[in-house]
Amino acid sequence: MTPSAFNYARAATVEEALALLAEHDNARLLAGGHSLIPAMKLRLDDPALLVDVSRISSLSQITLHYNRLCIGALVTHRVVEASLLVQAQCGALAEAAGGIGDPQVRNRGTLGGSLAHADPAADYPALVLALDADIIVSGATGKRTVGADDFFCGLFETALQDGEMITEAHFPCLGAQEGASYAKHASPASKYAVVGVAAYVAVDATGQCTRARIGVTGAATHAFRAEEAEMRLVGKQLNASVIDNAVAGIADPRDMLSDIGASSEYRAHLCSVMAKRAVSAAAAEAMG
Amino acid sequence: MPAYIGKSIKRVEDERFITGRGRYTDDIVLPKMTHAWIVRSPWAHARIKSIDATEARSQPGVVAVFVGQDMVDDGINPIPTGWQIGADMKEPPHHTLAVDKVRHVGDGVAVVIADTREVAQDAAELVVVDYEPLPAVVHMDDALHDDAPLVHDGAPNNVSFTWELGDREATDAALASAHHITSYEVVNQRLIANAIEPRSVIGDHDLATGNLTLYTSSQNPHLIRLLLCAFVTGLPEHKVRVISPDVGGGFGSKIFHYPEEVLCTWATRKIGRPVKWTAERSESFVTDAQGRDHISQAQMAFDAEGKITGLKVDTKANMGAYLSTFAGGIPTWLYGTLLAGQYTTPVIHVHTTGIFTNTVPVDALRGAGRPEATFLLERLMDLAANEMGYDPAELRRMNFIGADQFPYTTPVVLEYDSGDYEAALDAALDMIGYADLRQMQEQARTAGRLVGIGFSTYIEACGIAPSAVAGAIGARAGLYDSGMIRVHPTGKVQAYTGVHSHGQGHETTFAQLVAHHLQIPMEDVELVHGDTALIPFGMGTYGSRSLAVGGSAIYRALEKVLNKARKIAAHKLEAAEDDLEYVGGQFTVKGTDRSVGFGDIALTAYVPHDYPIEELEPGLEFNAFYDPKNFTFPFGAHICAVEVDPETGEVAILRYVAVDDVGEVINPMIVDGQVHGGIAHGIGQALLEQGVYDNEGQLLTGSFMDYAVPRAADLPMFEVDRTVTPCPHNPLGAKGAGETGTIASTPCIVNAVCDAVGVRDIAMPLTPERVWQAIRASHSTREAA
Amino acid sequence: MTQSIQVTVNGKEQQAKVEPRTLLVDFLRSTLGLTGTHVGCDTSQCGACNVHVDGECVKSCTVFAVQADGSSVTTIEGMAGGELHPLQVAFREEHALQCGFCTPGMIMTAADLLSRNASPGEDEIRHALEGNYCRCTGYHNIVKAIQRAAEAT
Repeated sequence: MTPSAFNYARAATVEEALALLAEHDNARLLAGGHSLIPAMKLRLDDPALLVDVSRISSLSQITLHYNRLCIGALVTHRVVEASLLVQAQCGALAEAAGGIGDPQVRNRGTLGGSLAHADPAADYPALVLALDADIIVSGATGKRTVGADDFFCGLFETALQDGEMITEAHFPCLGAQEGASYAKHASPASKYAVVGVAAYVAVDATGQCTRARIGVTGAATHAFRAEEAEMRLVGKQLNASVIDNAVAGIADPRDMLSDIGASSEYRAHLCSVMAKRAVSAAAAEAMG
Repeated sequence: MPAYIGKSIKRVEDERFITGRGRYTDDIVLPKMTHAWIVRSPWAHARIKSIDATEARSQPGVVAVFVGQDMVDDGINPIPTGWQIGADMKEPPHHTLAVDKVRHVGDGVAVVIADTREVAQDAAELVVVDYEPLPAVVHMDDALHDDAPLVHDGAPNNVSFTWELGDREATDAALASAHHITSYEVVNQRLIANAIEPRSVIGDHDLATGNLTLYTSSQNPHLIRLLLCAFVTGLPEHKVRVISPDVGGGFGSKIFHYPEEVLCTWATRKIGRPVKWTAERSESFVTDAQGRDHISQAQMAFDAEGKITGLKVDTKANMGAYLSTFAGGIPTWLYGTLLAGQYTTPVIHVHTTGIFTNTVPVDALRGAGRPEATFLLERLMDLAANEMGYDPAELRRMNFIGADQFPYTTPVVLEYDSGDYEAALDAALDMIGYADLRQMQEQARTAGRLVGIGFSTYIEACGIAPSAVAGAIGARAGLYDSGMIRVHPTGKVQAYTGVHSHGQGHETTFAQLVAHHLQIPMEDVELVHGDTALIPFGMGTYGSRSLAVGGSAIYRALEKVLNKARKIAAHKLEAAEDDLEYVGGQFTVKGTDRSVGFGDIALTAYVPHDYPIEELEPGLEFNAFYDPKNFTFPFGAHICAVEVDPETGEVAILRYVAVDDVGEVINPMIVDGQVHGGIAHGIGQALLEQGVYDNEGQLLTGSFMDYAVPRAADLPMFEVDRTVTPCPHNPLGAKGAGETGTIASTPCIVNAVCDAVGVRDIAMPLTPERVWQAIRASHSTREAA
Repeated sequence: MTQSIQVTVNGKEQQAKVEPRTLLVDFLRSTLGLTGTHVGCDTSQCGACNVHVDGECVKSCTVFAVQADGSSVTTIEGMAGGELHPLQVAFREEHALQCGFCTPGMIMTAADLLSRNASPGEDEIRHALEGNYCRCTGYHNIVKAIQRAAEAT
């Protein structure tokens, strides 16, 4: 259970962390460690240097900035779950955080770590996509912002370049006629999402949908948006039949993962079921 | 003096566990202890061409690297199996470390011993094994093909044994003349026990005395010592001490004699330092003997009145790559003999084929054969009820062996001693409110909800076993047990048992038993178990045998103690033995106030100044060996209600009611706990757990990330109750409670889910996907109709 | 390469040199001899190794000892002050343990739950136990014990 030997350095600032990453081959960032350490224990991963960023206090804040919820990369799932600010401004995010892993995992696992790892079955990516979050990344050349739609590129692959680190993610504060929700079918073994769907909808005063975003995780090699379903919602009154119609066939089995946990066919079906649940809950919230 | 039997006394062992002072094998640290890391095969089937350990040996901190041939050269024999199933059984050698070929992923190839575990693991990565991969055979149907690869050259068609029981001709005739036949083909899937404590072993050779102490997380220390000394190493038994300290759960998987026990025994002598090995969980998945894995075809015949007229079963049982300690006994004698269940089936025939595959060995797992038999029977009963239009409770009732029919001899050789099956069923029906529940189900169905009700009325044969019977059917050991009572001069008592507690609470239950009969405070009694140096002999704990067999041995020893105490009391009181009564811990001359207490008698026995020394030896200590006269036969009725999510196929358990009859109960709290845990284990098989191998023999469910064990949120609160039909042939009237829940709950849940969905069968485990597929299939069937 | 760390364990300050790869659970068990914390899996799931770090329940098999530098750690051995913790009492009273192997981790998780939610319902308790496996009890009596401890405090 012990990983291969490695060196360890603790960074006090983002700059220090970036410098350490730049100086060493095969250096990895250590935040909560709840993706990295399990892999290292099974010796599936053997970094030469771990750069412990977990004490960079500036990355552990949740703040409100121009109607955006700015969550530091080191904020744990538990803090997101329990944050009154997150609950008030973006309840779906808090609720989803409360369903990640188990309490001990939530106490250590971080938002930034989860996003950077980009596990195809992680929960946050669905919310990042549905809520159109921005990922703030720091690197040698400074800060840049990666839009949700550009961040998840492939299996465990993101838009992060070598030597970069996530410092924050910015989520929207949901207004009176907006709603969001996350519905997940978890693996009974791992508790990861077999399929998880996050939905965001906005409605106008008449209850007509003006904007919809649906993010799907667990189903494919990386999280994706269900754009056709989104289009079928916009411009409609969000009643049960509209939602049923919108989410039907939301995913093509040929694009789905298939493993001992679930076949591609079942995953495609779950995409529709979870989307229906997420959109229905989001619509209910938006319509007050 | 308080009566202790029948009281829910809080457990005496808990204090150390809740404060973190339990002492499991891996907690033990010995001076100069080394750590072993085993290099294991990544292939299911391969020839070992060469092993190069040069670089590993040169690492700082590495003490030694050994391979299988080193042990063979030292005269270490293969590990034997404990059951002979038929004269023709193929029993190929199972070496501690593979010598020529590896036969399953996880088969040991070499061992690195080092000052620390980390160094051992690092060095193990430097051992270069050159394998020539061979085609693997994984699935039983493939294994039987004429052109299938052979797991062992000496086992043609990969068959270890075939076995049959019952009257084939009569059964065929019953099927031929049946009014109705219910057929069922079923896979009883591979399970992995996953006791939460991974196995751990320490070998400690004392250079001064030549004595060897083996600490091992075993359910069965004496049997391990016997096999280790008599068959594998040739070490003199009196120079070997096996200690099973606190053991973190077993569920069968820690009964068996494992290669690591041989390895640490041999290696500590080789290097002159203690050697510890503790499994990683990922290692447990590929080295702990696994369970179940049957493919069966069954046909049950009925007459026009719904009475069972015959049962025919053909079973293929996966043995894995080697025959583990109890392997052959499980799908044969512990399985076929249970196929009468609670029913008056007049003729039964069962045929079993034990098959080798390139998978981890298969052996007993909680219930061991009896869950497989019960699953088959109880699924057949629900299927038949459905096919013939009976209420499942009523079809069972119509076929029950009557309470007045005991002792009852079944067509599969068992003689049931006692029982009242209808009473248990009635109690369960009453508890769950059956009529109301059916009504609720109807209403739910009308509202589009999928609610189902499942039954399981089961029998178990446990308390194994009468040694003569065990010997006649192929066990290579007796199955009695021993109990010793040592009364100290101050009247304090130690009781020694050959059975082993790894969660069952013997330290409490057995102390209750002793204190109750000696009429002394429980605090004055301590139970000693799990140490071959202290306990005369024992056969360990499995098959729900501890109380019925081990407890009965204790009882016999108590009788001897009280018998001698009475003689001493008679001497002291100058009275005839027959004139004494023993009440409240005092021998009193009947009708007088002349008495002497147990403590005084103990003191007299050890300070025999005024003592009948011509007639009695000093001291107050007795041992007893108890060989049971028959198996014991717990039974019960379980009923559950489930609801299925029609969109996802997820199953929620709404109610779970269990009425069990385990005979006389010493500690109801502990028995309830055993039942809860057993039910949970069976639910795990029904809904969650499966060991899945790919066609190359890789275990795909090789970690908790893929192998689902029940969590708290998967389970409901259980509603449990009991009927009490004492076992008539042991002095305690006790039967056994460790496996009842597991045996009963699996078919109960599956029956309920099939009832909810309205389908004939769903393969276990009933994952949401499988249930969803079944819902879809039933919809399309209905639409087509 | 070793690293110096200072960790307060069960109220007592401990200084040690550890390899960076030393897991907190190995530090507790091997270096400090606190064997009440167990290891039951290698995939951060079973919860047998749960301890509190700075008041939060964590899996000590998924934290390096160097990460706990400067922290305060409580293990099962530190739960009882002069007398048993109410959870320890409740686990015994409700027969919430059999083999005892998962028990320390269960109690640490339950303590974390009760510190956040003084009177959890059955569902909340069951979900809080998501990261703790027990193979013996079917969880029935564990749930009851946590309810009992909640009522007692």
